[in-house]
Amino acid sequence: MAYSDKVLDHYNNPRNVGSFDKGDPRVGTGIVGAPECGDVMKLQIQVDDATGVIEDAKFKTFGCGSAIASSSLATEWMKGRTVDEALAIKNTDIVNELSLPPVKIHCSVLAEDAIKAAIHDYKKKQDARQPAEVAQAS
Amino acid sequence: MKTPIYMDNHATTPLDPRVLQAMLPYFTEDFGNAASRNHAFGWHAEEAVEKARKQIADLVGAGVREIVFTSGATESNNLALKGVAEMYAERGNHIITAATEHKAVLDTTKKLEKEGCRITYLPVRQDGLVDLEMLQEAITDKTILVSIMYANNEIGVVQPIAEIGRIAKARGVLVHTDATQAVGKVPVNVIRDNIDLMSMSAHKMYGPKGVGALYVRRKNPRVQLTAQMDGGGHERGMRSGTLNVPGIVGFGEACALCQREMAEESRRLSHLRDKLKDRLMGELDEVYVNGSLEHRLPQNLNISFAYVEGESLLMGINDIAVSSGSACTSATLEPSYVLKALGAGDELAHSSIRFGIGRFNTEEQVDYVARRVVEVVRKLRELSPLYEMYKEGIDLSKVQWTAH
Repeated sequence: MAYSDKVLDHYNNPRNVGSFDKGDPRVGTGIVGAPECGDVMKLQIQVDDATGVIEDAKFKTFGCGSAIASSSLATEWMKGRTVDEALAIKNTDIVNELSLPPVKIHCSVLAEDAIKAAIHDYKKKQDARQPAEVAQAS
Repeated sequence: MKTPIYMDNHATTPLDPRVLQAMLPYFTEDFGNAASRNHAFGWHAEEAVEKARKQIADLVGAGVREIVFTSGATESNNLALKGVAEMYAERGNHIITAATEHKAVLDTTKKLEKEGCRITYLPVRQDGLVDLEMLQEAITDKTILVSIMYANNEIGVVQPIAEIGRIAKARGVLVHTDATQAVGKVPVNVIRDNIDLMSMSAHKMYGPKGVGALYVRRKNPRVQLTAQMDGGGHERGMRSGTLNVPGIVGFGEACALCQREMAEESRRLSHLRDKLKDRLMGELDEVYVNGSLEHRLPQNLNISFAYVEGESLLMGINDIAVSSGSACTSATLEPSYVLKALGAGDELAHSSIRFGIGRFNTEEQVDYVARRVVEVVRKLRELSPLYEMYKEGIDLSKVQWTAH
């Protein structure tokens, strides 16, 4: 299969590879996929509590080149957006940007799922934290 | 060193230049139809075909009248299975084969199933070998054929064909073997191995594409087949169609070369294979060889790099031609059914690479391939959340994955 130049670029120079501390309240972690299906994406965001802006994002992906490129691109797009803006990223945007062929669309779906899972995890942490902080303050 | 490096010799092999030389005259000067009985053009072509038939028969211990030329192993498998099922329909309708067979056998048995045959697909053990006791138990008084491949195209595992043949023959059941990967690589002998029908292909042994043969035993027992291609009654009525004379000449020459050079070549290739394996396993952790190492073709290495997905690995070693059992490299988006049949878990199938070392690979190429694979596996493991989890001591089998 021929890969698009953009997929090759992300594969050869993946952006934002790495991990944040999962326990950090500012960090949201999304892990989607399964090893027996051949792809697992871990996407993490680090959010500025005050502004809700994603300051930094990191990923690690087990999967084909298109899966790696989709998650690498996702981290690029998330950085600098608010969590709500990041939620608007659609898998079709990734498909278009990377010129993914039909058989690779599931890679983009997985990336969208990972974005949602990471934001969901961050919001869950925030919700859990708020009452505690309120209690502490009073 | 020139790149890309071809190390996918189970898919196909390059034509040996000596084979090409033998073939060339039969495209131009000696272009006759081997079935033309009344002029020299036909006689020359027929002579060349008969010489090739002898070269092929000699390599596998067969008689010349037991070799039926076909277009390749897929056709040979079709002819053997369908031809036997049709010819022996009165005797029974049960065929036994194995889960790890090539699609040319499995798709044919599926078709036969639709037409009323009963097919038993034997599972294989974790080392890829058929369990002989299970075979024994699977044979019924309706069984007409056992079809087990000689050597597997993905994992290179060599089945105990002589034993399989002995078991089947004791029950009066015919034995077919798809020996596409074995002939010319390991010593195959239809008498010693108790084989009644055997599929062969030229392009897996440095011969041309588009030509193969089916060995059909003529005595003890005399095997009969219903032809699947009707026409001029060529090949003693078993396979009509004008013979591919240059292809057949090339096939014959390829067999003669294999017969002369097999002993030395297999020593050289198993040394290269072991070197590749030792380097990969020495320099990387969590690497697993798929299938038996003991009962294996000398030139095959099928190996899984845990926590790295096969297609992404192929992408990183794009100057090396190998193949993967990963779903992403298959048309069906399913990981290799052969590796799944070993029961080691789908994730190892996704992480597998098949190296097929061949006659024209050098030690320098093997060193380069080992270096590149180690480099790319390390890079991809840096990217792998699974490798990170493994390093943190997390048991991946206990994680709740969100399968999609």
